Amino acid sequence: MIQNLIDGILVGSTLSLGAIGLTMVMHLLRFANFSHAELLSIGAYSAIVFDAIFSTMLPFLAAKIGPLSMTWALALSVVASMAITAMSALLIDRLVFRRVREKGSELSMVFASFGVAMIIRNAVGLIFGLGTHHYTKDIVFAVVLSRDPMILIKPDQVFTLAAALAIMIVLHLVLSRTTIGYALRAVAENPALAQVNGIRLSHMIALVWLVGGGLAAVAGVFYGLSNQISPMIGRDLVLPIFAATIVGGIGSIYGAVLGGFIVGIAANIALLVLPSGFSPSVPFIIILAVLLIRPNGLFGEART
Amino acid sequence: MIGLLSYAVFFSTVASILAIAVLGLNLQWGNTGLFNGGIVAFFGAGAYGTLILGGTPQPDHLGGFNLFYPLALIGGCLSAGLLAWVVGVLTLRLRHDYLAIATFGIAVTFENIMRNAEAFSGGAKGFRGFERPLRGWFGDGFVYNMGFLCAVLMLLFAVYAFQQSLGASPFGRLLRAIREDEDAARSLGKNPARIRLTAFIAGSAIMGLSGGLYATFYAFVSPQDVLPTLTFQIWAMLIVGGAGNNRGAILGAFVIWGAWTASGWALSRFAPLELQLFTGSIQYILIGSVIVGMLLWRPQGLLPERLVVSQSGSSN
Repeated sequence: MIQNLIDGILVGSTLSLGAIGLTMVMHLLRFANFSHAELLSIGAYSAIVFDAIFSTMLPFLAAKIGPLSMTWALALSVVASMAITAMSALLIDRLVFRRVREKGSELSMVFASFGVAMIIRNAVGLIFGLGTHHYTKDIVFAVVLSRDPMILIKPDQVFTLAAALAIMIVLHLVLSRTTIGYALRAVAENPALAQVNGIRLSHMIALVWLVGGGLAAVAGVFYGLSNQISPMIGRDLVLPIFAATIVGGIGSIYGAVLGGFIVGIAANIALLVLPSGFSPSVPFIIILAVLLIRPNGLFGEART
Repeated sequence: MIGLLSYAVFFSTVASILAIAVLGLNLQWGNTGLFNGGIVAFFGAGAYGTLILGGTPQPDHLGGFNLFYPLALIGGCLSAGLLAWVVGVLTLRLRHDYLAIATFGIAVTFENIMRNAEAFSGGAKGFRGFERPLRGWFGDGFVYNMGFLCAVLMLLFAVYAFQQSLGASPFGRLLRAIREDEDAARSLGKNPARIRLTAFIAGSAIMGLSGGLYATFYAFVSPQDVLPTLTFQIWAMLIVGGAGNNRGAILGAFVIWGAWTASGWALSRFAPLELQLFTGSIQYILIGSVIVGMLLWRPQGLLPERLVVSQSGSSN
């Protein structure tokens, strides 16, 4: 029980990072972006590439950081991968979403995002193969925290949780204390009024894609640290991440953070009662429950 | 020659069955502007519903009510409609993203449950023990398949005629009115949430019909038949054919299904051996590109919707 709770919190931190970017995009551009989870995949795979490059070119970076399975090379790769994923998110917007947006309705965007997701997922499969990858070949042993009840934690998990929380705090400070944060919130609130006040909408859209892409890259790498990396990351995570945004209320960043943890914990607690084969269904059950009880999520506002 | 002909019959049967699902989607998306991200769930509900109701008793899973076939098929449609009601009632009052996400979610969940709930659906092995109707009279050969194709074509035409008359009826005008401007429709005393729910359920029941026919044709259904890929294919059919145009929907079904089978055949025939493993990936990239490309360069499709002006204003 406690073990499930802890695992849930750890999975939840990954989902939160993914959901923050998704909820920002959904709020600003008003469409359900089914390709967001593929950004996690791009992030996880580009970190593999950078990790290989860094550890060959600078062998001293291949040393592990303390008790973690993460090497210094991988830590650097996270940063590089954030940049690449953020640029990819922006590029996809320029190539597809912006043009569809200028032409058609919001629902055309949803179709387009499905198409983009299909293309990215299968292109990743073509490039890296359909099999699975790992950042490290070593087996990382979990630390026994207590024997009764049995609680196991991997050092990597503690690190990813701490890093995810740190990123969220930084994001919170940026949104609440800086001009750019105010501008971002203003645009999400009322694009027309924000533009009257001299905020460039196109810049803000670009910013949201960059932030969303960067966070997705971190989420992808963290997911890959404790799970295996396969081209199906996007397919497996798209529904949990959507569930997190719906639980939190579409458009609410703090809701997305909380929603990620709730979905992560609920999915792991559900393993106590449901056979594990059914776990892909859990996010949908959560979505249904939220729609029944509180349709606009914890922090969302009604908007048609 | 007979080989080619029987392949043509096989191809047309599957394409026509899928065309029925595309018509169902056209009712939802083309006419009413409802985004259905989980077509396979309704298609699958029809398929499993038909087989469970119409199959022979099985020891290891549910089913075998041995119902008269048309009743089983209707039961399949009703189960798809019921599933649509559950999703629709919860999401159609909310902003449109919720319907997209919830329908996508129900498709994932449906496949997941069918794969795991062995006592209900036969699990990953699929659902067996269904006998194709009238098999005793026509056997399993070419004659049967020809007859089946005729039956499917008649049903396709019936659905087409139904939707054509629906589109021309006051209800069809109402659907388009809600799609174009919900507030204006509400100001005229209409209840958009209820109308949308009706259209959503009707469209999903039509998808259920398509699924029921599909399962009848193969006398078998498994979780492999309800993968999200089918949703993409059916969308691509509607987008290529032309959303809002019933003839376009049918045309799109044949064009895309033809392109899909042709590309699969060409890849297995001409692609180098090491690429064979990736045939699926390449096909998905192609269909994804078709969807994105159409939205970018020809969003109205091959046969665009014909906009009807019911009463032209006096100013022009």
